Amino acid sequence: MNKNHRVQSSRSLSAVEVKSKFGAEFRRFSLDRSKPGRFDEFYGLLQHVHRIPNVELLVGYADVHGDLLPINNDDNYHKAISTASPLLRLFLQRKEEADYTAFGTDSLTRKKNTVLSAVLLRPDTNRKKPPVIISLPRDFRPVSSIIDVDILPETHRRVRLYKHGQEKPLGFYIRDGSSVRVTAQGLEKLPGIFISRMVPGGLAESTGLLAVNDEVLEVNGIEVAGKSLDQVTDMMIANSHNLIITVKPANQRNNVVRSGGGGAASGSSGRSSDSGASYYGYSSQAAAASMPTHIIQNFPVDELESDDEDLVIEAGGEAEPIRRAPSNYSMPSLPRYEPHLNLRTATTSVSASALSINANGTLPTSGSSGSLSNTNATSTTSSPDRAMERRSLEEDGTVITL
Amino acid sequence: DSGERVRKPPCHPSPVCLLFPPQTVEHGFPHQPSALGYSPSLQLLAIGTRSGAIKLYGAPGVEFMGLHDENAAVTQVHFMPHQVELVTLLDDNSLHMWTLRGHKGLSELLEIGRFTLTGPPGAPPSVTRVTAVLAHTSGELLLLGTEGGHVFIVEVPGFRELEERNISLDQVAASVPDDYIGRRNLEHVEALQENPINPNQVVIGYGRGLMVIWDLEKRCAIQHIPATQQLESVWWTEDGSYILSSHSDGSYCRWMVGGEDVNDEEEKSDIPYGHFPCKAISKIIQLPTEEGPPFLLFSGGMPRASYGDRHCITVIHSKTHVALDFTSRIIDFFVIRDGLQHTGDPSALVVLVEEELVVIDLQTDCWPVIQTPYLVPLHSSAITCSHHVSAIPLKLWERVIAAGELQNTHYSKKPWPITGGQNLAPDPPQRDLLLTGHEDGTVHFWDASGVCLYPLYKLSTAGVFHTDADPNDNMNQGAEGEWPPFRKVGCFDPYSDDPRLGIQKIHLCKYSGYLTVAGTAGQILVLELNDEAAEQTVEAKVVDLLQGQEGFRWKGHTRLDVREEPVLFPPGFQPFALVQCQPPAVVTALTLHSEWKLVAFGTSHGFGLYDYQQKNTVLIKCTLNPSDQLAMEGPLSRVKSIKKSLRQSFRRIRRSRVSLRKHHVNNTAKVVSGLQEANARLEAELAEMELAPVQRKIEARSSDDSFTGLVRTLYFADTFLSDSSHNTPSLWAGTNGGCVFAYMLRLPPVEHRADEPVTAQPAKEIQLMHRAPVVGIVVLDGHGAPLPEPLEVAHDLARSPDMQGSHQLLVISEEQFKVFTLPKVSAKMKLKLTAVDGSRVRRVGVAWFCSSRTEDYGESGLVVLTNQGDVHVVSLPHVKMQVQYPCIRREDVSGIASCVFTKHGQGFYLISPSEFERFSLSTCYLVEPRCLVEAPLHSGSSSQRRSQPDGASSTHRYTQLEYVSNCDTSTRFFFSRSRRP
Repeated sequence: MNKNHRVQSSRSLSAVEVKSKFGAEFRRFSLDRSKPGRFDEFYGLLQHVHRIPNVELLVGYADVHGDLLPINNDDNYHKAISTASPLLRLFLQRKEEADYTAFGTDSLTRKKNTVLSAVLLRPDTNRKKPPVIISLPRDFRPVSSIIDVDILPETHRRVRLYKHGQEKPLGFYIRDGSSVRVTAQGLEKLPGIFISRMVPGGLAESTGLLAVNDEVLEVNGIEVAGKSLDQVTDMMIANSHNLIITVKPANQRNNVVRSGGGGAASGSSGRSSDSGASYYGYSSQAAAASMPTHIIQNFPVDELESDDEDLVIEAGGEAEPIRRAPSNYSMPSLPRYEPHLNLRTATTSVSASALSINANGTLPTSGSSGSLSNTNATSTTSSPDRAMERRSLEEDGTVITL
Repeated sequence: DSGERVRKPPCHPSPVCLLFPPQTVEHGFPHQPSALGYSPSLQLLAIGTRSGAIKLYGAPGVEFMGLHDENAAVTQVHFMPHQVELVTLLDDNSLHMWTLRGHKGLSELLEIGRFTLTGPPGAPPSVTRVTAVLAHTSGELLLLGTEGGHVFIVEVPGFRELEERNISLDQVAASVPDDYIGRRNLEHVEALQENPINPNQVVIGYGRGLMVIWDLEKRCAIQHIPATQQLESVWWTEDGSYILSSHSDGSYCRWMVGGEDVNDEEEKSDIPYGHFPCKAISKIIQLPTEEGPPFLLFSGGMPRASYGDRHCITVIHSKTHVALDFTSRIIDFFVIRDGLQHTGDPSALVVLVEEELVVIDLQTDCWPVIQTPYLVPLHSSAITCSHHVSAIPLKLWERVIAAGELQNTHYSKKPWPITGGQNLAPDPPQRDLLLTGHEDGTVHFWDASGVCLYPLYKLSTAGVFHTDADPNDNMNQGAEGEWPPFRKVGCFDPYSDDPRLGIQKIHLCKYSGYLTVAGTAGQILVLELNDEAAEQTVEAKVVDLLQGQEGFRWKGHTRLDVREEPVLFPPGFQPFALVQCQPPAVVTALTLHSEWKLVAFGTSHGFGLYDYQQKNTVLIKCTLNPSDQLAMEGPLSRVKSIKKSLRQSFRRIRRSRVSLRKHHVNNTAKVVSGLQEANARLEAELAEMELAPVQRKIEARSSDDSFTGLVRTLYFADTFLSDSSHNTPSLWAGTNGGCVFAYMLRLPPVEHRADEPVTAQPAKEIQLMHRAPVVGIVVLDGHGAPLPEPLEVAHDLARSPDMQGSHQLLVISEEQFKVFTLPKVSAKMKLKLTAVDGSRVRRVGVAWFCSSRTEDYGESGLVVLTNQGDVHVVSLPHVKMQVQYPCIRREDVSGIASCVFTKHGQGFYLISPSEFERFSLSTCYLVEPRCLVEAPLHSGSSSQRRSQPDGASSTHRYTQLEYVSNCDTSTRFFFSRSRRP
C-alpha cells in the first residue's frame, strides 16, 4: 500500500546494512548508500569479509519483492544498494555449485522458500544437480513464455505473462466477438472473446505473442466459453499476477511448427495438424489424451497460486495511542514476507519446459508428461517440509516482527 | 475434508436447502399493477401487473401468485361469481382462466385454460379485440365486448364460443332509432353490466355513448339509452331501476330503466366539478344503505385546468362529500359491503393506485384509513439500505410495537375487511425484524417473521437536522371550504426534502436496544429505545477523517446542519449521539458493539471509532491513498472523468445531429455533394462506433487506483491479536484496496468505563496481494465457529466462543475467501472465486443452518451472493464451496445490490422498487404462504339465479384447495424461472 512511503522514510539513512551469507556463515557490514563503488570492488570485499579469497562466487540478493536476484555487474549492484530497505541480504554460492534456477522472479515466486532455505540452510545436502542450463539469468527476468506447446493443437498458443514485480502494465483489452467453429452439427457461429487492443509499450505487446483479434480460449486453464466479457475480465484481473492465456492467434503463420520426427519424443505432439484448427478438434484431442482440457500441463493448478504473498505489517508494541500519532504514523515497521502456502521442493523439470523468450531461444523441451505426476508427488509430500521450513525460517530471523 | 465429515452425524440430511428455486414469497407492493378484481364471496382480491403476474390476497397470510406465460400486461381481472375461478385479460388479447385447486390440504393457484377470440375469416383484428368483459352471475358465461362493437358470448370454464348467442353490432345498430345521432358508428363496447335483479338482462355501453339493454334469452334489445357523450363506465343500481353512466366530459347521468320506452330522457345529469371543462369520470358506483341516502363514488372528474393532475376518488354520502386525493395514478377501486351475502351497507372502499393499496373505512366518522397488513408500499420513500435482525427478544419486540402503535393513532380501529381463506402456515419460529433505510432519512421497522411484511414502527432522523422542509407543512388538510374538498390519502411520497438525509447503513443490537444509523452526508446517529417522549439536544461531534492529508479538496455536498435547540422526540428510538464525518462523504461501513459501547464507521476517506458512552472519538484513521491524492482532485476525480466523457460523447452526438439538421435545412440550396458528404461522415461515425465495441481493459490492480481507501467493512472481535495467550478486544477494517487494518482496543474496567479513556492502537495491517476489495471479516474461534455477536453469550443465546484453541481470521474479498492464523497472521487456506469462474462477491453473511430433522444439529456457513446473481454456501471453517443456486438475474444490478442475508440462511432482495423477494437456503427456516380457500357455498345469494345444473348444489361443496409456493407447484416454479434470462 504505502510501501513507497516507508521506503523513502528509511532512505534518509546513508548507511546500508549488509548481511551476507555464505554457506552456514554470515557476515554483517555496512556500505555507504551514496557511494557504493564498483561491482568488482564489492566482489573483492565479499571475498575478503568471508575470507574466501580464491573462491569463485555467485552473488545474489533478496530484492523488495523477496526475489533472489543476481549481482554480477555495476548496474544490478547499484540497484541492489539503492533499493535495500534498510537491510541488504546477500546470498553467496560457489560458482561450481550454483543453482541458477533459483534466480529470477518466477522461479522464486514458486519456490522461493525452498530455494532460499536450500541456499541458506542446507548448502551441503545432496541436492539434485541443476538441470541443463538454458540460459544464465544474469540481468534477465522472464516476461513471457509459450508453454504446453507439446499438448496444444498447433493452431493454439498458450502464453504466460509474468506480471509479478514489473512496472510495465499488462496492457491489452478484450472484447466480445463471434467465431466460426467446426462442431458435430457442422459450422457454427459462436460467441467468443477476442483481444481488441494492445497498449503500446505494455507487457502484452512487448512479448509479441499476443495480437489484436486473437481469440481467447482459456484463462489460467479455465475455458471462457459461456462466460461474459465481464466475467472473463474479472478472471484475467484476478489472475493478473500470473496470467496464462490460451489464444487462437488471428495470424496462424507464426505458429510453432513441430517437426514430426522430433515430436515423437514427447509422445503427444506428432498429431496431424489439420483437425487441430477447430475448437471441437481441440477438445477431442484433449479428451483423447485422457486429461481434462483445463489442465495446463506444465503449470498445474497449484502452481498458479503465486499471488499469495499478502503483506503483513505488525505494529510496534510501543506504539502510542493513535490519537496523538495520526494517520502518517512513522512507527518502525518493516514488511514481513510471509512464507506462502505453496511451498514445495524444487521441481526443476517444471520450469525447464518453459521457454524464456528473452533468451531468444525456441528450444522446445519435453518432459511434459512427467511433470504432472511430479507435481502431484511433491504437493503431497511437501507439508512436513513446509512446517519444518517455516520453523527454520523463523529461527533464522527472516520473519521480522518489531 | 475429513475433519468436517467426521463432525457430521452419519446419514444426516443436509441443513442446506438443495431444492431449486429457493425463492419463497414476495413482500411489499407489486410493481406496476394494472388491474384489480374482487370476489365478495371468496373475500379475495386479485391484482394483475404489467409484467403478467396475478396475485391474490385474502386474510393476512393468504396469498397466491401466478404468472402468465405471455409477458404481457394484465388489463382486466374478473372473478367468476360464486366460484373459485377467475378470468384475466392480457393486453395481447388473450383470456386466461385460473382456479384455486386443492392439493394436500392447501390451495394452489393454477391456470386451467386460455382462449383468444377468433373472428370470421378476413375480419380485421379490431373485431375480436376485447375491450369489456362481463363474468355472468350464472358462472357459466363470459360476455366479451370488443373494439369492433360486437359482444361475443363464451361458455366457461371450457371457453366454448356460443356463436348463435353473439350480439353483433349490426343486430344492435338495426334497432337503434334513426334519430340517434344519424346512425353514426357506435364505436367499441366500453362497458357491460348485468341487471342485478335479472341476470337475463345486460346493458351494453358503446364508446359513442349509446347504451342498449339486451335480453339474453330473447336475444333482442329491450331499451336504448341515447347518451351522447363519450362513455366511460356504466353502473346498474342494485334495485335494477336505474343505470348510471359516466362520461369523458366529467359528467354522469342517471337513466330510468323500464318498459320499452326508447325515448327515455335522462333523469338526472350532473357535472360534479363543473362549470369549467372537467376530466373524465372513469368509473362510477352507487350503493344503497339500509337507512338513509346511498353512497356515490366515482374516480376522476376533476376540473381539467386547475386539478387535472390530481388522482382523485370522490365519495358522496348524504351531506359528506370528500375528494380522496392519491399520490399516484388510480388503477381501479371497489367497495366491500356488509352482510353475509355482501349486500349490506358499504363498509370499506378499496383503492388500488399505482404505488399502493388504500382501504378507507366508510363506517367510521371522517372515513379513516385502515392500515393494510400486506401490500404495504416499501418504497413510500425510496429504499436506500436494509438490515435484518433475527430472533428479536420479546421485550424489545413489545417495546418497538408499543412505539409503533402510538404512531398509528390516525388509522381506523376496524379490522382488515378482506378476510378470505385461511392461513395454515405455522406460527413463525421466531420474531424477525427487517429494517429498511429510506431516502428521506426514515428507518422503517417491519415484522419479517411471516408471510406478511407488516409495518411495526417508523423512525425519522430528519428532526435532528435543519432541512428545507417546514415541519409544520401539513399537506393533509386543505383550507376550509376549498372546492373540491380534497383529502390526501396514502403514504407513498417519493419526494425527499434533502437527499443528504438518506440512510445508508443500519446496525441494531437486539439485546441492548441500541441502534446506529448512518447516512449520505457522513452522519452517524446513535439511538436508544425510550418508551417516553423526550426533549433533548443532540450534540454533534465532527470527525476529520483526512487527518491533515494535504492537497485534498472535497467537492461534494456539505455537512447537514444540526439543530442546536432541544428537539422533542416521540417514544421510540431517540438519538443521543451524533458523529459527522468531514469530508461529509457517504458512510460505507458501520458497526456497533453494545457491550463495549463503541461504534465504528467508515467512508471513502477513512474510518473512526466512537465511544458513545463518553461521547468522544477513540480513533481516526485516514485510509486515503497517498498516491491517489497526488492528483489533487480528491476522490471525485473519477466521477468527474466519467461526467466529462459523458459530456463529450453527448457533444459528439449533438454535433452530428446538428450537422445533419443543418444539411436538411439547406438541403434544397446545397449541392447534392454536400448531403453525400454528410451521409458519408455519418456513416463513418457509425462505422467507428461499430468498430469500437465494448471492450475491457486487462490490468492488474495497483495501489494507485481510485477509491482504494474506501472502507468496505468493519468488525469488532474479542480475539488473540498480540499473542496466543491473551485475548483482547479488537477492531478490524477492510478497504476497497484489499487492505485490512487491525487495532487492539483497551477498555477500562467496567467500574471506570465512564471516566477512563478507551484506547486503540494499531496492531496489524494486511495488504492482500490481489488487492481486491475486502467485503467481510470474520474471526473464527477455536472450534472454527464464528464469534458470537456482542451480548449474545451474556443473554445465554449463544455458546461462548472457544478461547482455548487458536483463532482464525477469515478475510472475504470480492475475489477470494482466505483464512489466516491468529495472532501471527499467516495464510492457512483459501478459496478462489473470481480466478476460477469470473464472478465476484457482492454480498456475504454468516448463517447458521440448523437441521429440520435433528434439533441439535447445525452448521455455520457463509452465504455469498455474487455479481452473477448466484448464491453460494461456503462451509466454515474449511472454506469449501457447498452449493450454488442461480438466484437473481445477473442484469438485475439493483436487486443484487439490495440483497440482505439473515442469520438463519434466508435472504431478501428487491425485485422492484417496491417488492422484496424472500429466499431461503435453510431447510429449517422456510417462510412461505400455506393457505386454504374454500369454495363459496351455493346457497344462492339471489333467488333469480337458476339452480345448479349438477349435483354440486349440495350445501357442503367444500373443496379443499391448496397452494404450496415453494417446491411442487408448476405455477410457482414457472414464475421464478421465467424471471431468469
